[in-house]
Amino acid sequence: MLTKTLAGTTVEVNDEGFFVDADQWTEDMAPELAEEIGVPTPLTDQHWVVLKYMRSEYFEKGTGPTVRKLGKASGVTTKELFKLFPKGPAKQAALCAGIPKPRGCI
Amino acid sequence: MIEKVSIIVSKGSFEGIYPALIMANGARNEGIEANLFFTFFGMDAIHKDRHDHIKVATVGNPGLHLATWAGGLPGASSLMTKYMEKQVQKQDFPGIAEFVEMISDTGAGIYACLASVDLFGMERSDLIDELDDIITVGDFYDMAAGGQIIFT
Repeated sequence: MLTKTLAGTTVEVNDEGFFVDADQWTEDMAPELAEEIGVPTPLTDQHWVVLKYMRSEYFEKGTGPTVRKLGKASGVTTKELFKLFPKGPAKQAALCAGIPKPRGCI
Repeated sequence: MIEKVSIIVSKGSFEGIYPALIMANGARNEGIEANLFFTFFGMDAIHKDRHDHIKVATVGNPGLHLATWAGGLPGASSLMTKYMEKQVQKQDFPGIAEFVEMISDTGAGIYACLASVDLFGMERSDLIDELDDIITVGDFYDMAAGGQIIFT
C-alpha cells in the first residue's frame, strides 16, 4: 500500500493516487491534490460544489458518479466541468475528493 | 498512456455510430484528447435532419439472432431501433444528437469529411452547429499525427 502526506497527515492511496479510505480525507487536502494533477487552483466555489457532490454520492451509493451523471445532478454543465477539471472531471474530482475512481463508460 | 485518439465514423447505423461516440466521450473523460471525423454514411450522425432518425440495421446483422427474412420485414428496423433506444435510455446513455453535443462540450473536435460533403451534395447548414470544420483527409492526418486512429 502506498502512502502520502497531505496537510500534515499520512493517508493511504492506490497506485493511481486515489484514496483507499475516503474517511482519511479532509477538506484541507483538496488544494494540494488538485495542484498535483493539474486542476486549476485556487479551487473555486464551483470546484467545491462538484467535490461535495462526489463525496455525498460516494457515501450514499458506494461509488462516485460518472461525468454524465455528475453533469446532470450537480447542475454544472459538461463544458464547465471540463474547465474545472480539464483532464477528466469524474476522475480528477474523485481524486481531489478522496474517493475511489468511479467506474462507468459514459 | 494514450494521449490522443482520432475516431473515424463511417457507418450510419445505430450500432455503427454509438460505439464510436462512447469511445470518444470515454477518452475525454480519461483526459485523452479526442477528435471525431465523420465520413460517408457516418455523416448522418451530424446531419440536422437525420441524427434523430438513426436506425439499427436488421438485415445483414447476425448479432441480432433474427432470421434474415425476418430482418427484412417492413417495420423490423424501426421496432428494433425502438427497443435499442429504450435499452440505452435505461443505461442513461444520451440519444445520438445529444451525445454528439455533449462530446463537443467535453472539448473534443467534431469534423466532417469534405469528400463526403461533396459526394452527398451537402451544405454546411445541413450539419449541426457543433461541427468544428469540414476538412480534407490530409487535414485529418495532420490532426491525428502523434495519436491513435480508430476506424469504425
